[in-house]
Amino acid sequence: MTQVITQPAPSSAGPRPKRAWRTILVGWSFILPNFVGFALFTLLPMLAAFALAFLDWDSYSTPEWVGLKNFQRLLDDENFHVALGNTLYYAAGHIPLTLVAALGLAMALNRKIRGVQFFRTAAFFPYITSLVAVAIVWNMLFNPTAGPVNQALEAIGIADPPRWVASTDWAMPAVILTSVWRDMGYYMVLYLAGLQTIPNEYYEAARVDGANAWQRFWSVTVPCLRPTTFFVLVMLTIQSFKVLDLIVVMTDGGPGRSTLVLAQLVYREGITEGNFGYSSAIALVLFVIVLTVTVAQFRLNERRNAR
Amino acid sequence: MTALHDAPPATTGSPGRAPAGAARRGRGLVRKVLAYAVLVVVAALVLVPFAWMVSASLKQNNQVFTIPIEWIPREFRWSNFAEIWDRIPMLTYLGNSAFLAVTITLLQVLTGSFAAYGFSKVRFPGRDALFLAYIATIAVPWQAYMVPQYIMMQQAELTNTYWSIILLQAFGAFGVFLMRQYYMSIPDELCEAARIDGLSEYGIYRRIMLPLSKPALASLALLTFVNTWNDYMGPFIYLTSNELWTVQLGLRSFVGQYDAEYAMMMTGAVVSVLPILVIFLFGQRYFIRGIATSGLKG
Repeated sequence: MTQVITQPAPSSAGPRPKRAWRTILVGWSFILPNFVGFALFTLLPMLAAFALAFLDWDSYSTPEWVGLKNFQRLLDDENFHVALGNTLYYAAGHIPLTLVAALGLAMALNRKIRGVQFFRTAAFFPYITSLVAVAIVWNMLFNPTAGPVNQALEAIGIADPPRWVASTDWAMPAVILTSVWRDMGYYMVLYLAGLQTIPNEYYEAARVDGANAWQRFWSVTVPCLRPTTFFVLVMLTIQSFKVLDLIVVMTDGGPGRSTLVLAQLVYREGITEGNFGYSSAIALVLFVIVLTVTVAQFRLNERRNAR
Repeated sequence: MTALHDAPPATTGSPGRAPAGAARRGRGLVRKVLAYAVLVVVAALVLVPFAWMVSASLKQNNQVFTIPIEWIPREFRWSNFAEIWDRIPMLTYLGNSAFLAVTITLLQVLTGSFAAYGFSKVRFPGRDALFLAYIATIAVPWQAYMVPQYIMMQQAELTNTYWSIILLQAFGAFGVFLMRQYYMSIPDELCEAARIDGLSEYGIYRRIMLPLSKPALASLALLTFVNTWNDYMGPFIYLTSNELWTVQLGLRSFVGQYDAEYAMMMTGAVVSVLPILVIFLFGQRYFIRGIATSGLKG
């Protein structure tokens, strides 16, 4: 952003417009190989998604403009209501729990002691483990009768532990716990980077003032981490609302519809059923939710910064 | 740390001082032990699922779920790791995953870094608006436009071929973004000097930027490779023939078919995770750096 405007080299003094054209050509030649693919396979479908939402089109019929009819249909679609509710439920669990877990991990691992690198590596590894492996393992850990989770719960005196992925009430908490375990390492890395920017003098000053560890955390660490926390929150929000693959692999929306989420409804309606128009309307709602929440977060952050 | 200040003054020799110093030193030790205890507990919690996976992969099916849990198998069934190759075409799946991951990574790194040079070191009208379009797409969830992509691929009759996956994933905005972040940190004066020396823009890219950006290239390559290797939804939507399947699809289908073969499932899971573990252990600083640059500056 802070680039100095390139000075034309005095030696190659051609007519100006010709040079300008050359620069444009050279610039585009760098961008083009990527841009062709990007425009065709990302930009175009993205724009098409908006238009499709206003069409009545399934894989057999010819597309027909129907205005807001798809959105009206959403209002009465029970699947949509359930999916919207479940998505909000997932976000309400995934966002705060991951944030707290990531910050906790970062605080625990932000020490200069021998071997800490090993622990950081270990905490990050779940994030790059394939979802399929993660889902299979956690489905077994959550096994209602003999799974380690319930054995541990019984060992600490819970006589009737939840049936997790086998029950409609506990499937979503199981998915949330799995996703928190998987994602916390990623956000831990961001928090560790944030923690390292806090000058040590702040802590020393607080110590001189007689602040204990808890007070130092709340009055130095938390305020200094605000930019990181803001970024983490935005990322977590976007990530939560578009959750798809974990659910598809772990519960496939079940049992019943108890873990059906919006992105999965888009997949089912659009790709399995071939209702291109209707599925795009759901996708548009998903996008608008994500956009609204993100913009709101930016606004809030600006207002706080202004204060 | 504070041990030096605690040395008892030689003159007084009061009996209370020496134990106080020892206590302080003791407290330091206690703190250190406590810190390690916290770390060990945290690591154990994080790693328990992996321990379960490895332990179960070396058991018989009927010994996976026991009460109480046997974390160390009574007898190690290493034969699971020989059998898995016959139970499912694991080698084919691994080969397919590797092919897709390598192809997409190469294309992403090449076109991404090339475009990033255009976006960061060549000034031309419309450049910044174009880059904004790239950035904007990062904020749009892929789930919102997966259906139009699918329709396109269906019309082009590319579903159930690798073309669909490669075309959809090789030109993402992420690579351009990550590389541009890095190029912006390389001073323009360097390019300027090279221009005066008569190097063309392509020459600057190849001889100066590429060698200088090796760490960023490594970050991008590793992140793309792992993402593609782990991707489930892409192959799940587009690849229907068994012989095209990736490890992830093959493993998932195995679990769907034989839902009581717990040990075999875990053996398959270990085999699918192992390549990623090796890559991660060798390149972890690039992973971390890639996340820190693309993340915090975003």
